[in-house]
Amino acid sequence: MADKPIGALVSDGLWGNNQALVALLGLCPLLATTTSATNGLGMGLATTSVLVLSNLTISLIRNLVRPEVRLPVFVLVIASFVTVVELSMQAFFYDLYLVLGIFLPLITTNCIIIGRAEAFASKNAPDRAVIDGLAMGVGFALVLMLLGGLRELVGQGTLFYQAHLLLGEAARGLSFSLGPDFQGALLAILPPGAFIALGLLIALKNVIDKRVRQRQAVRRSVAAGAQPTG
Amino acid sequence: MKLSPMLVAAGILGAFAVFGVGLVAVTYGMTAPMIAANERAAVLREVRAILPPGELDNDPIEDRLEISDPVRLGAQVTQVYRARRDGDVVAVVLDPVVGNGYSGPIRLLVSVLADGSLGGVRVLSHRETPGLGDRIEVARSDWILGFSGRSLGNPPAEDWEVRRDGGEFDQFTGATITPRAVVRAVRGALELVAEQRAALFAAPVVATGPSE
Repeated sequence: MADKPIGALVSDGLWGNNQALVALLGLCPLLATTTSATNGLGMGLATTSVLVLSNLTISLIRNLVRPEVRLPVFVLVIASFVTVVELSMQAFFYDLYLVLGIFLPLITTNCIIIGRAEAFASKNAPDRAVIDGLAMGVGFALVLMLLGGLRELVGQGTLFYQAHLLLGEAARGLSFSLGPDFQGALLAILPPGAFIALGLLIALKNVIDKRVRQRQAVRRSVAAGAQPTG
Repeated sequence: MKLSPMLVAAGILGAFAVFGVGLVAVTYGMTAPMIAANERAAVLREVRAILPPGELDNDPIEDRLEISDPVRLGAQVTQVYRARRDGDVVAVVLDPVVGNGYSGPIRLLVSVLADGSLGGVRVLSHRETPGLGDRIEVARSDWILGFSGRSLGNPPAEDWEVRRDGGEFDQFTGATITPRAVVRAVRGALELVAEQRAALFAAPVVATGPSE
């Protein structure tokens, strides 16, 4: 198999094959936890850490595990790491755990993680698997944070409200509010708002991709046209 | 001979099960004391917020009783934390569960002072609709602060309802079920404390925490 360069792994994870916007995986935590930017970021970081750990482990054991027990072993590894992350969050970020707690076990069933384990980590060397996990995780986390920020701003008129729960007291300054008079559009906070906002983000990505393709095509034709005369 | 690949597979699966359980067990062992301390600190912080200001001479988390009144307190077992000053109980804090909210149980903390009035009410956890029912949280609205100082005679028993039901307490625009359930649960807790007053306020110290 021709190995993709590292740069392509990263750009795939962040943009080209973004798990939330292109693959549309992991919708359950995506829609459930993105009621604020802080929640989105917290869930994104938790997912990323599980993804990196599980990709690394699965890549290390890829030659050891027989194909017929591959999936149960992956699920075991992932479930163990999810529990470890859940316990660690309970120990170190208790207030955030109170917010995200009930969604954390859902990471086990997040298709992104088993998807990357099966499609990438089980076929690639550990270093590449870690980079893939990191890129896919960060890409997912960015979408979670963006979606959370969008819904929080429209629905509540705040941004990064309670950011100090995740990032420490220094992050209090991050919190931004449109003022107490802003009533907010409740729809954005409710589940339908999550679908609408995600749809808008996907549409935005497609528009940007189309623009980029058009510009490349124009450049190519200009280059092609310039060559004979030049 | 056909069995052996299957056995190898089973062995691998078993080995990973042991590895997974081991990993979780070690993490649990390392984090358990911190998690317990966090939970305790979180409860203590909430309890402190609805106690009369000033130093206590006991640790309310240690000095607690367990009572059971599923009808009025919503749970099989309800904790009663007691705050003491000069040895006397100045307030009891109950953690009733409201079962008839809009979605899922609402866990409350209700403090009742020695004179029978409310020291305060806080919501520990809930799953009410964001933007509507979640205004019972002190972080989102000061509605819950309206309970402080109230008692069974203030307002009179028939007015311990939300306005929609002819009572004294405000409901929220678009959300009546949540405040109605909370108001009734607070009244239930007050009634229970009034009934079992002697037992709750006079019972001896259960365990002495670190004194201040």
